[in-house]
Amino acid sequence: MKYLFLLIFMSSIGFLFYKGLKIDPSVVPSNLIDEKTPNFQLKKIGTYPLFQPNDLKKQEIKIVNFFATWCAPCKVEHPQLMKLSSSFTIYGIAKKDNTKDINKWLKDYGNPFDKIGLDSDGISSIEWGVYGLPETFIINKDSKILYKHVGPIMENDLEKIKAILK
Amino acid sequence: MKKILIVIFFLYSQVQSVEPDEILTDQKLENVARLIGKELRCLVCQNEDIENSNADMARDLRILVRKMLSEGKTKDEIISYIHSRYGDFVLFNPPIRYDTSLLWLLPIIFLILLFYTFFRKKH
Repeated sequence: MKYLFLLIFMSSIGFLFYKGLKIDPSVVPSNLIDEKTPNFQLKKIGTYPLFQPNDLKKQEIKIVNFFATWCAPCKVEHPQLMKLSSSFTIYGIAKKDNTKDINKWLKDYGNPFDKIGLDSDGISSIEWGVYGLPETFIINKDSKILYKHVGPIMENDLEKIKAILK
Repeated sequence: MKKILIVIFFLYSQVQSVEPDEILTDQKLENVARLIGKELRCLVCQNEDIENSNADMARDLRILVRKMLSEGKTKDEIISYIHSRYGDFVLFNPPIRYDTSLLWLLPIIFLILLFYTFFRKKH
């Protein structure tokens, strides 16, 4: 009986360790999956069209990308966004940034965004449950969040992202 | 020297990351804000609460908590809002539900097993 308890104890610890090995603790799962997109308010950036909550009501699948010009991984991600922008609608939210730097960024690396807005105080980012940059959301035709990608979209993530978008 | 080190240790343990411009003028509300902050985990430095974290994200949450308190929101309303955005991970005390039952029950089960084996041995 004593050995049975020990066996149960050891195997449950082993199971939890095995499960733990497969979990990346730095990635916090989104609580907004299958939920309607949250409300938000952004500031206009230069002459670019302003991204507003109504844009997400359009009957199409769309991408919302949180980025900043001061965020190095966002620069790594940018070419992948450019590739996605040829087939899909992408909206951009620049977190705690400034118009001058964003203008330069989009001029230098290209503009993948159909519309864009500035979240100057980070409140809209909290509304979306964003905790790091970059983060990307895929929204379905009914304005529900299908998927959230934490960290930069790399070349090898594109196939997975495209599969979800279809 | 020993006494000075002890004083420094206790002073250091009281240091928080709340910056002067964040502190509310209403001391009662500020105390509530600190209590709320102690219950919320920083999602960047995951072993710290937002009151003690230097991360930009924790600062945003501290400011939001104080803004909501100033607007008349209660502690429960504020925690519930932040929980709705970030899920159980943001809470230091996750709610007791079916999917978190293992987390809450395992220590009790192990304690029972421990007592059982201990008393069995004595008899």
